Formats: sequence, structure tokens, C-alpha cells
Amino acid sequence: MKINTLLVGLLTSVTLVVGSAQAAELSIVSGDTGNGLAFLRSQLDKFEADTGHTVTVVPMPSSTTDQFGQYRLWLAAGNTDIDVYQTDVIWAPQLADQFLDLTEAAKDVVGDHFPSIIESQTVDGKLVALPAFTDAPALYYRKDLLEKYGKTPPTTWAEMEATAKEIMDGERADGNPEMWGFVFQGNAYEGLTCDALEWVMSNGGGQIVEADGTISINNPQAAAAIDRAAGWIGTISPEGNLAYMEEESRGVWQLGNAVFHRNWPYAYSLGNGDDSPIKGLFDVVPLPAGDGEGARSAATLGGWNVAVSKYSPDPEAAIELALFLSSAEVQKERAINQSNLPTIEALYDDADIAAAQPIIPAWKEIFQNAVPRPSAPTKTDYNEVSSMFWSAVHNTLSGNGTAAENLELLEADLTELKGDAW
Amino acid sequence: MATEALAPPATGAGSRIKSELTQQRLRAARWFLVPMLIALAVVAGWPLLRSIWFSFTDASLNNLYGAEWIGFGNYLRWQVLESGTVRWRGLLVDGAWWNAVWNTVRFAFTSVFFETIFGMIVALVLNAEFRGRGIVRAAILIPWAIPTIVSAKMWAWMLNDQFGILNDLGMRLGLLSQKVAWTAQAETAMTAVLVVDIWKTTPFMALLILAGLQMIPKDIYEAADIDGVHPVKQFFRITLPLVRPALMVAIIFRLLDALRIFDLIYVLTPNSVATKTMSVLARENLFDFDNFAYGSAQSTLLFLLIAVLTMLYIWLGKVRFDGGDR
Repeated sequence: MKINTLLVGLLTSVTLVVGSAQAAELSIVSGDTGNGLAFLRSQLDKFEADTGHTVTVVPMPSSTTDQFGQYRLWLAAGNTDIDVYQTDVIWAPQLADQFLDLTEAAKDVVGDHFPSIIESQTVDGKLVALPAFTDAPALYYRKDLLEKYGKTPPTTWAEMEATAKEIMDGERADGNPEMWGFVFQGNAYEGLTCDALEWVMSNGGGQIVEADGTISINNPQAAAAIDRAAGWIGTISPEGNLAYMEEESRGVWQLGNAVFHRNWPYAYSLGNGDDSPIKGLFDVVPLPAGDGEGARSAATLGGWNVAVSKYSPDPEAAIELALFLSSAEVQKERAINQSNLPTIEALYDDADIAAAQPIIPAWKEIFQNAVPRPSAPTKTDYNEVSSMFWSAVHNTLSGNGTAAENLELLEADLTELKGDAW
Repeated sequence: MATEALAPPATGAGSRIKSELTQQRLRAARWFLVPMLIALAVVAGWPLLRSIWFSFTDASLNNLYGAEWIGFGNYLRWQVLESGTVRWRGLLVDGAWWNAVWNTVRFAFTSVFFETIFGMIVALVLNAEFRGRGIVRAAILIPWAIPTIVSAKMWAWMLNDQFGILNDLGMRLGLLSQKVAWTAQAETAMTAVLVVDIWKTTPFMALLILAGLQMIPKDIYEAADIDGVHPVKQFFRITLPLVRPALMVAIIFRLLDALRIFDLIYVLTPNSVATKTMSVLARENLFDFDNFAYGSAQSTLLFLLIAVLTMLYIWLGKVRFDGGDR
């Protein structure tokens, strides 16, 4: 059996080498979370079988901040080793010069994707990257525990806090000292910007820098939202939450040691995996709303895209790969296996996806109302803006000053960074 | 070998043939040095000069080759406002930078101080004759042999607040009343980094000090014993002065290393002001923020700081790198 497969493989590769002269060797980077790498590999195997190209995956750290630094370095040096990059939704304005324009190559398929996502990847009329999946976080909650204590899923942060505290205290008294109320992404990195933008936005505190470039973060609503989050540390959230990224917080949650958890949809399929202690015990609702004027449920828009390096020695094959990875076929597989939200509108009505991952059809509306991070108005300064914001929030969470003090300093720093214009 | 070749030719009754031979050896030695000098110029000199040059420009990563000269603007510049107030800007008045300098210096001196003391203790133990000394010597090198990234990640798990073995042990032994997030809290983060760094580099110190200890002739101690000198006095009067040259070289090596600290802090602690060092800050500006010129200025200052500290140390400590005392 094995020898047969080997023989067939050998023969096909020989035919391919002889048959098509354009078989290329491509490399793609991936810093995916959970079992994302294995999934990507399975899709690439299909691509290889269909086209005769070979694709190597170069694994990267899962922190988007770490990935960005590395890609920056490679692209500035004109590195030809990597053909296809997977890019965060916020990177398009910063890396636009380094990627090929995909407008022409994708003209037949762009219409299938949500226009807002295509727009987010278009810089000065150039389509920088093709969307692979989109993201909007959810509030994960333990169905069994809420039932046990006769609670309903919270719709406001205050309600979440009270429920979390009550269940945590009850469970601890019941003999699980490891139990926590709420875990989220509190490390000082891009993820904290996402979490904190949700707190601020849901409390009617604006979106840090508004679409027209105004710096709006220094306001009482925003300060109240961040102060409330600071109150969670050490009470309903562990102190260590200050160092958690996605996977660390998922670790606490998936071991069954948290009542509530904020994370992206990828955690849905992992939590329902066969090896998960909380399989079937949890569900998701939209993130809670704050209180006061303009309060609403807010979710930060995330998502990943595929871009082709302009230094790729084989741009045609690389574009082929980018088109493949953003195709409806791969997005459907992604949705079913990884619970990643598709960017192709039609897939939200797909019966197979709805059956495998009920979160996805339910998430269409949430994702459509998701809040973008201020990467478009702040252009190449976005990373610095984000870093200043997450530092101010992390300081507040760690107890270094109140939110009002830190936001005042933040506003001064942002104003200076902005100068005359972003 | 090189020092021997470079030694002044024998004076007085030295024969002509001998001096010619010395000359020849000297010439050969210079030629042998050429490849190394070229290699150094390419891999160290050129990048260094280029970084320094970038720090006087407005370079960004998207536009490295079109960078324009702007003078000292990245270091210090001022702006006169309409009201007449002068606003100072640039690296030299950047609070974040000086905080990083303070973090780095504090880290480097604390870490090297403890490493030296522990390294000395370990070296003294290993210098004694006992069975299985070879195995112990090899075993003690393990922390140093593990790549920093690996040991940093390993410690990150051990220090983890929820699953970490340290918290688990502390709770079981009743030393902790609740689990502590060692690397996440601003107060304990620097201490956690220091502990890991000291754990990792004490073997290196011990090794260098041990080499120095083994150079001390045994008969000095025999003589001291016969004279009835107390072992503690022996340590301060014989061991310490004789091991000093090796110790000074070991300290400067570690100090240079510690001032550049990056990986441990980057892996172990959140990106917070409590632990940000000069290298971490420079990397952030160079790659994350697209302030390539500003990051270059920070790297240049880091280089200058290390250079000045090293020169001061060599001058004040009268260090000689060929093992003797000046």
C-alpha cells in the first residue's frame, strides 16, 4: 500500500516536472493558533495535488505583534524566500508598498466578499491582500454553570461581573479553588488593544482615533470602562491575566477553570474538540454592553488575509496560491474545521457550515457591526498608536494610575505623534 | 602565541639572525591577522557605521535607501512655540528611553553582582577534591548550555500563575496564600527576570572563576596551612587577589552581555514599562513603529553606553585580558 502510494506520487511528480514547466516552489508564513497549522497543511496538500506546485509552510509565533516585526524585517530586506504572507487586517496601510497589487488577478472574485473587508485591504486603489477569514470576538460562557446558579447570559458588563463573581465564589466554596470568573487577553500587545477598544466602545467612549483622525480617547466614558476592567484583575480575573494572550486565556478556559471567556471564534471548535473537558458545556453570546450614553455591544473587527510579496521570484504561482486560500472552497473548510468566519457572504447561508458550527450564521450580524481599529486614519503610525493605547490600558490594569490619568497622558502623546496630520 | 611573536626583540647580546627571525615572524603574524580584520570590518564595522549613519537621517523601513540627512534631530531638537516657550524633543529628553536605560543598568548590575557571588561559591566547591567532581562540573553547566529562548519559555511555564510548578509548590508548602503571577505584575516581573538570568549565567561565571582558581599553585595554601592561617583569611589574602584577573575578565564579559539583554525579557514578561530595556525599546522602534532612524539612534546610544562603561571598567579595574595583572 505504502509503496504503491509512493510510486504513484513519484510518477505524478515526474509527469508534472516533465509535463508542466511552471511548477513552482512556494513558501507561506503562518502564525496560526490552535491547530491552524495542521489545517493549512491539509489545504496546501490539495493545492499541490491540483497545481503541481509545492508549498512550504514557515511557522511563526502566534502573537501578531511578533509576526509583524519579523515580516517588516524580511520585506525591508527584499527577502525572496517567502512568497505569500498571511496578514492581519490592520497591516494593509503599513505594508502596502511591499505587496503586489491583486486587483487584476482577483477581479472575478472580489464581488463575492463583503465590501467592507475588501475596502479595508485596499490602499490608494491597490488591493493589497485577499481576505482568508474575518473575526469578531464572542463572550464564551459555561451553560452548565449558569444553569446551576439560575443565571442568564449577561447583556451588560455589570451583569457579567456580578454573575462571574457569584458563580466563582460558589464553585470555590464547592471545592474548585482554581475557578475564575472571567479571562481575557490582558498582556501588553495588540490583543489588549482589541479587548480595550471593546470596553471603551461598548461604554459609548468612541474608538480611540475616529475615522476623521480626531483623537477621542480622553473622555469619562472611556475612563469608566477601563477602570471597570481594572477592577476585575485579582477579583474575577487572575493576576496572571495581565500576561495572557489568546492561547493562555484559552488554556484557563478550556480546562474548565473560568465561567466567562472573551475570545475569537476559533476557540469555539477547539472547545468542542474531543479532548476538551468543556465539550458541549459552553455557548457564546455577543460581548456585553456598557452603561451610559451610547452604550452598546461592541466587537473589534479582526481577520486575516493573504498577500503576495513583491519580491517573490514566482509571482504568478504565488498569486494562484493566494486566490486558492481565499476561495469559497477553502473558506468553507476553514469555517467547518476551524470555526473561522468566512468573508464570502454566501457561505453564511451554507447548510453544512450551519450544522457543523452554529456560531457562524449567528455571527454574521455581529461581524457586520464590528468596530475597526483605527488603522485606516492613523496609517503608518497605527502600531505606535496601538502600543501607546495598550500601554495606557495595561498600566491602568496593573494599578499604575487611574484610567483618567493614563488617558490624559495618552491623549498628549497621541497629539504629539499626530503632529499636523496622521 | 601572538603576544610572543609581538614581544620586543631580545636586546643586548641577541644575535642578528634571531632578530631577523623575529622580524619575519612579526610580518607573518600581521598577514595572519588580515583575514580576521577584513571579516570584522564586514560583519561588525560596516553594520555599526551604517546604524550610526541611519541615526542622523529620517530613514524608515519602507524607504531605507532614500533616507535623507537630518543631523542631530533624532537625538535632540527644539521648537519655539508662538508663546516663546521652547519645546525640547528627541531621544535625549525621551522619558521612555531613560526609563529603559535605568531598567537595563539596574538589571545588568544586580544580575552580575549575584552571578559573581554565586559563581565564586560554585567555583570554590568545584575546586575542592571530591569523588564525582567531573560529573558535577558537567551538570552545573546545563543551564548555560540551554539556549536562552528555550530556558525563557521553560521558566515562563514554571512561573505561570495557573499551571506553574513554582506556585503549586509554594501553595503545597504553605509559603504562598494565593497564586502569584510572577511575570505579569510590575513589582515581581523584574525580579523574575533576574532570577532566571542568574540561574542561567552563574555556571558561566563559575567556569571562568574555576579556571582562575586552578592557576593558583597549591603550595601557597600548604605554606599558609603550616603557618596556621585561618581558611577565611586564606580566601581573602590569597585566593581573592590571585583569582582577581580572571574574575575581572569574567565580570566584564557578563556585563557586556547583560547590558544587551533582550530575549529573556521579551519572552518572559509582558511588554510593560517595568521591564523594558534599551534593546527591547530599540527593536520596537526599528521594526514595529517604523521609526527606523529613531531606533538607530537608540541603538547608537546603547553602543556608546556599553563602550563607555567598558572603557571605564578596564581603566578603573586595571584589567588585562592576557591573564596577568598590570
